[in-house]
Amino acid sequence: MSPTLLRGHPGIGPAVEGIALVAADNFSARYDLDLTRGRFSRPTHALAGQSYVDAILVLNAAKGGVATAWMLREMKARRLSPKALLLNTANPIMAQGAAFAGLALIDRFSVDITAAITTGQFVTVDPASGIVGVHPKGQP
Amino acid sequence: MHLNDAEKAMLDGCAGPVRRQAMEHLLAVGRFFDAETLVPVSQAHVMADTEALGESGVVWLEALATAAPDHRRVVIPTITDPRGADLAQHGRLKQDPSFVDLERRAIVALRTLGVLMADTCINYQTIMAPVFGEHVAFGDTGSAIYANSVCGARTNFEGGPSAIASALTGCAPRYGFHLPEQRRGSTRFHVTDRPDSLSDWGALGGIIGRCMRSYWEVPVITGITGAPTSDEIKHFGAALASYGSTALFHMVGVTPEARSLEPLFAGPAPEAVLTVGRTEIDAFYDSFRPDDDRLDVVVFAAPQLSLHELAALARLLDGRRIHAEVALVVCTSPELRAAALRMGLLATIEASGALLLEGVCFYQMHAREIGIANGWRRLLSNSAKLVNIIGGYGYQPVLAPMDRCVHSAVAGRMVP
Repeated sequence: MSPTLLRGHPGIGPAVEGIALVAADNFSARYDLDLTRGRFSRPTHALAGQSYVDAILVLNAAKGGVATAWMLREMKARRLSPKALLLNTANPIMAQGAAFAGLALIDRFSVDITAAITTGQFVTVDPASGIVGVHPKGQP
Repeated sequence: MHLNDAEKAMLDGCAGPVRRQAMEHLLAVGRFFDAETLVPVSQAHVMADTEALGESGVVWLEALATAAPDHRRVVIPTITDPRGADLAQHGRLKQDPSFVDLERRAIVALRTLGVLMADTCINYQTIMAPVFGEHVAFGDTGSAIYANSVCGARTNFEGGPSAIASALTGCAPRYGFHLPEQRRGSTRFHVTDRPDSLSDWGALGGIIGRCMRSYWEVPVITGITGAPTSDEIKHFGAALASYGSTALFHMVGVTPEARSLEPLFAGPAPEAVLTVGRTEIDAFYDSFRPDDDRLDVVVFAAPQLSLHELAALARLLDGRRIHAEVALVVCTSPELRAAALRMGLLATIEASGALLLEGVCFYQMHAREIGIANGWRRLLSNSAKLVNIIGGYGYQPVLAPMDRCVHSAVAGRMVP
């Protein structure tokens, strides 16, 4: 079965593919993550305790402070980063961090991205076009 | 994006590889947000604590610093946000020496770029506040929201790499809060009870921040009677920015773009989406209320304390002694610690057993590791911003006014 294509604003970073980790929650690297373990550490976060390493991370909006602008690069250097960030709404810090890290980022989709993708689905991400391909669970 | 000749020359490498790299970064961000041009900025504020930088960030700074002097030096006044270690007092916090070494390397690199190590998030209270209409590149959420809202300056949140890129080029992408149309109000909140303490003001900011759906939403606050002090609106803005990722607010009758309600919105002013009074502020405190009275550490930081906050703290601590089982940590700027020493405030604060750090902020100094090293878990603060951040670092944060924080530190447990 061919993937469902979702269109966002053209983004930043390389084309990647991987397994989605999804929550209708927000995102800040400093506030929400344990960078040393690659896990969500904020107790109240919907993904608390879960690993984000190598995931296509799908969340609602960028929140919190400015540290993410540095931290995405350090997460990549430690091989403890997600493969891509898909957000309904990014803020400048997410864009700056993605540009600095060379991490894939797309936002401003025509649908609620956290409802259009479910955890475990295989996803292709093409920031240059802003298109995300969502495969049915279990595929490809 | 449309570039002028000087900007094109930098992009082409005529001013060296460092400025070319900076320009490429600004364009990548600008294109993401559909900026059409760059805007000249007059000063930059760089968040570059080493917990955020990590080894890779420090290596990147060190690489910039190897460029020829005329290719690497910043072209506008550029200062730093708090650092990750107080180099004179890190041992008292049991900070890992490797973090301190990283900090020293970052400082050398930043100085080589011509960055002034102000090490403060309250640059608007201690160094140089921007003026109305001034375009700047500020890299701390509290600093940016104060500049935009209270001063009427124009900035987006400029994280470290972007603030450095602006410092090296003298410009920033013209989008977001550099544009007049983006500065219009979008959501209205009404306040029925004026906050009392600094933590009340922070709670108000946190309440509104929790309602913000994205960075692009601009809250308009009505009902505040009488101008808040700089410290009050500092705590309000810092919390609003932290909870909401919010970079601009308008407070009708207080902030410079909000002389009256109607012109703030593109159309008629909407009804308030939320009315905030004493009940809502008390409920905000309750959202951090623990089940027991255990206490490990009391922190006054986030934002760094002003001179007047230090004076208030000294009055509360005068002649008292912090309980042996509790630590009390205070963070301020290097300039204000020196002022506190000169004015006798430092002696009073430290005689109580409290630790007054300079040039750092608690959550920016490897808080997870110092918590583990010192056995700190239950943290009490009057900063609504800090209690929002620090839970992810393994702490159990509690919010209370400054006087209750001090009474608790002396008692060795949280007191009502």
